[in-house]
Amino acid sequence: MELLNALMVLMNFVIVPALTYGSQLALGALGVTLVYGILRFSNFAHGDGMALGTTAVILFTWWFQSLGISLGPVPTALLALPFGIAAAAALMLGTDRVVYRFYRTQKAKPVILVIVSMGVMFIYNGITRFIIGPDDQNFADGARFLFTVREFRDWSGLDEGFGIRSTQALTVVTAVIVVAALFWFLNRTRTGKSMRAFSDNEDLALLSGINPEKVVAVTWLLVAALATIAGTLYGLDKSFKPFTYFQLLLPIFAAAIVGGLGSPLGAIAGGFIIAFSEVTVTYAWKKVLEYALPEALAPEGLMQLMSTEYKFAVSFMILVVVLLFKPTGLFKGKAV
Amino acid sequence: MSDGLRNAGLFALVAALIVGTGMLQSWNTALVILNFGLISAIMALGVNLQWGFAGLFNVGVMGFVALGGLAVVLVSMPPVGAAWQAGGLGILAGLVLGAATIAGAILLWQRMSPGRARGLALLALGLVGFFAFRAVFDSGVQAVEAVDPALTGYLGGLGLPVLLAWPVGGLLAAGGAWVIGKTALGLRSDYLAIATLGISEIIIAVMKNEDWLSRGVKNVIGLPRPVPYEVDLQNDPAFVEQAAGLGLDAVTASGLWVKTQYGVLFAIVLVVIFVALQLALKSPWGRMMRAIRDNETAARAMGKDVTRRHLQVFVLGSAICGLAGAMMTTLDGQLTPSSYQPLRFTFLVWVMVIVGGSGSNLGAVLGGFLIWFLWVQVEPLGALLMQGITAGMADGSALKAHLLDSVAHMRLLTMGIVLLLVLRFSPRGLIPEK
Repeated sequence: MELLNALMVLMNFVIVPALTYGSQLALGALGVTLVYGILRFSNFAHGDGMALGTTAVILFTWWFQSLGISLGPVPTALLALPFGIAAAAALMLGTDRVVYRFYRTQKAKPVILVIVSMGVMFIYNGITRFIIGPDDQNFADGARFLFTVREFRDWSGLDEGFGIRSTQALTVVTAVIVVAALFWFLNRTRTGKSMRAFSDNEDLALLSGINPEKVVAVTWLLVAALATIAGTLYGLDKSFKPFTYFQLLLPIFAAAIVGGLGSPLGAIAGGFIIAFSEVTVTYAWKKVLEYALPEALAPEGLMQLMSTEYKFAVSFMILVVVLLFKPTGLFKGKAV
Repeated sequence: MSDGLRNAGLFALVAALIVGTGMLQSWNTALVILNFGLISAIMALGVNLQWGFAGLFNVGVMGFVALGGLAVVLVSMPPVGAAWQAGGLGILAGLVLGAATIAGAILLWQRMSPGRARGLALLALGLVGFFAFRAVFDSGVQAVEAVDPALTGYLGGLGLPVLLAWPVGGLLAAGGAWVIGKTALGLRSDYLAIATLGISEIIIAVMKNEDWLSRGVKNVIGLPRPVPYEVDLQNDPAFVEQAAGLGLDAVTASGLWVKTQYGVLFAIVLVVIFVALQLALKSPWGRMMRAIRDNETAARAMGKDVTRRHLQVFVLGSAICGLAGAMMTTLDGQLTPSSYQPLRFTFLVWVMVIVGGSGSNLGAVLGGFLIWFLWVQVEPLGALLMQGITAGMADGSALKAHLLDSVAHMRLLTMGIVLLLVLRFSPRGLIPEK
């Protein structure tokens, strides 16, 4: 019984939140890793691209809410998502046309493209703040919980329980659907296969008649969709604030590198590794240990390895360890 | 038009912009822009040393600048005796323990043969070390932070002259850069970028949360100054008389005089660093660095230790950023950890280097002044523009209010556009490398 209670606390405070956060990171890291695989540079504008896509979703959500449209228990944002993705896709394709394409035809060094993406980051960031301002925005509506801690406790008769917020369930379900669709696309469709061929060996792909501009355009479409979905889910689950999205760059990059840059499977694994490490290291284990250990051994302190402010340090430490011992990542990525 | 004349023209333009600010807005504003321009120029020189000379992509400028700022507190603030007595020993012992654990782990890694035994030994050492560190360190921290938390609650500094903090700031930043360089150099260029981005966020997190060190978000105010205080000048009859002779009232004159003194100090540092870097650029060392940048493989084939040279130049460049950070905190007179924003301290410096001309020291200095001027002046100019656009709109309309509010965010947009335009149409910058 005691162990079951410990497990419930663990579910409520560690496993469910980390699964949610991990799904969000995985979607973000997939975007980064796709850009890296196809366009061959680390896209620093990804975090702000997420913010801008989410901004579009928020604006549509507000509009729908003002029209009185809602999805009942499901957040209205889900309805606004396709419109947000369309806006983000238009933006990213436009950016590619105006900014990145020039350097691609020039065959500029990857590091130049990274600097260019830094300029794009500034502009996205500026536009986001211009449209929606730098403050917190709340756009979640619908049901708050799938089931609450209390409901679960009453149902199971345990001392402890766990609840699942509707945004958490939504995040995980959406992530699974999106990832499945993405892998189906990459592995089963002609366009997806040509993308993977392009990523593996650009020259060979060109020789076999693959149109690079089409591959790049499809990549940006996918990246826009992934970024907007990741950003919206994160915003629904936590809250939307432009600067937070910029800060997400570090865990997202860490996830992509830990998994192996350029490897979609690695990005997902990396996302969950980073999320679970962040949550377990910054969680105060006192309550879990009180249940799990015999009374004599019950801890006095909070048993928190690191305070929550240092959660970025966790992703950073993992990043450093991976860079030191396995620079290509867990799932062998590219090392250009 | 010869290069010399062109460069002179560009610098004259910047000078004219600053003087223009003095005549149109106020001389006080102009001097503030000048002082921050000097500091920005030094930061740009540091980044240019890394990027322009060696092609290293450092996105953690903010962290090194912040370390410089921390150095000012650690060197110049008077020590808090009570705090030292309460927990100073605990904190020091904790830090030593932590360092010993890391050193032990490295030693284990090198001495033991690879295998499961080594992994387990490392894990055991890490766990024991970590909990021992936390136990000793936390009690020390609690004791220190309990000492008069409204006023001190931290260990204070060494109480040494503040000018000494500048080189110490450089040293601190160099130490941080060494650790990062050891890890990420020699790998792909993007990895260094991401590692530096990470370390800078962590440095800021440490400064925000470790109250015993930097008082965290409570800020350290009233840092000692290398120049006299305005109030003292205003109470000095000789100064008031001199000011009156120039037709200035004492308050304005004291402000201007203090800022001028800062400006002279900063200019001396800038000139020294600039001359040193120019000499370095022209020396065999500088030629070697550029050879490595342009073709690493060839340089390696010629027997150059590329990773070592990269580490060297990375540490040097970061040290310059740290020095500039210490100077900036001295000028501010306070350390505010929450004021360090990556867009302002990392990416803006990059815009300065790229716009000025990567690889060219003169360009970095020019970029520092010019971009800083733009950064400061875009906001009032944007406000003016927005007022023009919204003039015809009805008062109190939501759109008008929104547009007027959003002026504050014009800066980022402008900087991004400037960066992209320069990269596209003049990738070598305003003053190209020769």
